[in-house]
Amino acid sequence: MTRAPWIVFLKELRENFRDRRTLMTALLFGPLGAPVLFAVLMNVTLERGAERAEEPVEVVVVGREHAPNLVAFLQQQGAAIEERPGLTAENASGAVRRREAELVLVIPANFGEQLRAAQPAGVHLHADSSDTGTAGSRARLAAMLQGYSSRMASQRLQARGLSPLLVQPVAVDLVDVATPASRALLVLGILSYFIVFSTLMGGLYVAIDATAGERERGSLEPLLTNPVPREQIVYAKIASAALFMSLSLTLTVIGFAVGLRFVRLEELGMSANFGPEVAAGVIAVMLPFVVLGAALMTIVASFTRSYREAQSWLTAVLLIPTVPIIFAAIYQVQPSLRLMWIPSLSQHLAINGWLRDDPLPMAQLAVSGAATLALGLALAWIAARLYRREGILG
Amino acid sequence: MIVVEGLAKRFGDVVAVADVGFEASDGRITGLLGPNGAGKSTTLRMLYGALRPDNGRALIDGHDVARESMTALARLGVLPHGAGLYPHLTARENVRYFGELHGMSGAPLERRIDELVDALEMGPFADRRTKGFSQGQKLKVALARALVHSPRNVVLDEPTNGLDVLATRSLRDLIRRLRDAGHCVLFSSHVMQEVAALCDEIVIVGGGRVVARGTPAEIGARVQGGSLEDAFVAALSGDGGTTDVPVPGSAAVSAAGSAGAERARGDVA
Repeated sequence: MTRAPWIVFLKELRENFRDRRTLMTALLFGPLGAPVLFAVLMNVTLERGAERAEEPVEVVVVGREHAPNLVAFLQQQGAAIEERPGLTAENASGAVRRREAELVLVIPANFGEQLRAAQPAGVHLHADSSDTGTAGSRARLAAMLQGYSSRMASQRLQARGLSPLLVQPVAVDLVDVATPASRALLVLGILSYFIVFSTLMGGLYVAIDATAGERERGSLEPLLTNPVPREQIVYAKIASAALFMSLSLTLTVIGFAVGLRFVRLEELGMSANFGPEVAAGVIAVMLPFVVLGAALMTIVASFTRSYREAQSWLTAVLLIPTVPIIFAAIYQVQPSLRLMWIPSLSQHLAINGWLRDDPLPMAQLAVSGAATLALGLALAWIAARLYRREGILG
Repeated sequence: MIVVEGLAKRFGDVVAVADVGFEASDGRITGLLGPNGAGKSTTLRMLYGALRPDNGRALIDGHDVARESMTALARLGVLPHGAGLYPHLTARENVRYFGELHGMSGAPLERRIDELVDALEMGPFADRRTKGFSQGQKLKVALARALVHSPRNVVLDEPTNGLDVLATRSLRDLIRRLRDAGHCVLFSSHVMQEVAALCDEIVIVGGGRVVARGTPAEIGARVQGGSLEDAFVAALSGDGGTTDVPVPGSAAVSAAGSAGAERARGDVA
């Protein structure tokens, strides 16, 4: 009776290939939806970043007439100057606090006087540093003011026959890495979760149908009256879920390989490192996870009493692999041999390594595969034990 | 030949089956009769290995279901209560699946499926997916599935439940044909008339125990009033073990069994 697992496996495939819902989820929604959603997310992120950098800094100026040169300089540097009737030095802070204005620059009446007297001429910049959304424009305006100040200083020194370089002992050249590109890298980081999610989705309905569905339909009891050891039936069912997951995985990875070409990463000087080799690598590193996911979903679905209950439980299971990925994102973990023991996290790190063109060493990949596969096989064994209990028939 | 000895099963504090023992011989139709909750289904489920008995054992052609389950199950065709089909598979594919799980394949399997399609008059829907089948059609497919490996012993749990008159009638015909072909047919029912009309041998179960067994005539003769109905009512009264219905000795049962085995072997098998 060694043919039995094969017979069960083929029957599950035939049945599920005829089930529209299973097919749509495994072969359409995940593989198509995940890359599309991802590409949109990516493009929005890139555009937002690009827009931010080009947008003029909006400044409300009080007392513009006291410093026409300064205001002209700011406009030249890309600031949008606005005057607001009724806004005075006294209520400027309130206006910022109430978010009526992002930045208010108050120029006192004695500004020109102090400037001419070569005394530090004070201006007041009202801003809310707790508002992270305006941090960029705040910094840019401050830089502009600093620029104006430096230019005045240079002119003064030159008027006195001194080199302006004298007062610039240190030349700081800030290389800003907080560019849209790094934001894109952050989004690229969750690509692995999209792949994990889509892979699990591919086997979701197969796993439910083969367990809770079969019991609810009343076909489990007749099935178990066949002279076939129950563990063979369970392993075949896990294998059929795994096959659908692998299909879903392959299609999703192909979807990403194609979809990422439509993300304008080149504009940021990044290359989407998702060629055929990387795609093959991603599939290979995910295959042990397929076994683990199929076994896990089969166990969870076997415990539930109905199709619907299985559906809600398995939806929760889909969130489990996010946990290590979220931790990885928060703590910015670096790949290490130790972390490769953790399923989902190790796949995430491996995929990210390839995306950053910084592949993980073979030893780490091997540990990831071995550890995930071992856990998957252990769960499959537990599932088989579960089916030996009479309670499985409900 | 099915032999059940001292089967017992409890679920938590509820004793579903206290002590059930009987024999179902080849070439005989044996009816397991009892009110709802008497322990019929639990008994049958232990018989085909879905439940593990707390006590006692069930033998299929001498093979203990618990110990040699694969050998025992190979000799058994089962129609569990409320048996379900695979809705995305056709009737024929449903039957073929079980045939293959019994180790059949190729031309012999296809021939056997054709035979069953004819015998059960499944022609019009044999190649349709079973989704949306009527109760009667579903039962025919489930029956064909149970019989595909030509099992010597056939167990049917409340097979006529939810069937209309016509379907019930054709099921009875099938059961008789199986008997005439020398099979051991064991079926459960809570409908007395059905059991009386069909069975060569009756086992009345009440409160998880056998309260009477024998041919319909034997059972009727031992009860005041002389009818099977009186015997059934006695079982229904709940104190089954203490009624004046004697349990026939095993000698009588095996005598009846060998008589049945002499019947002609038909061609359905």
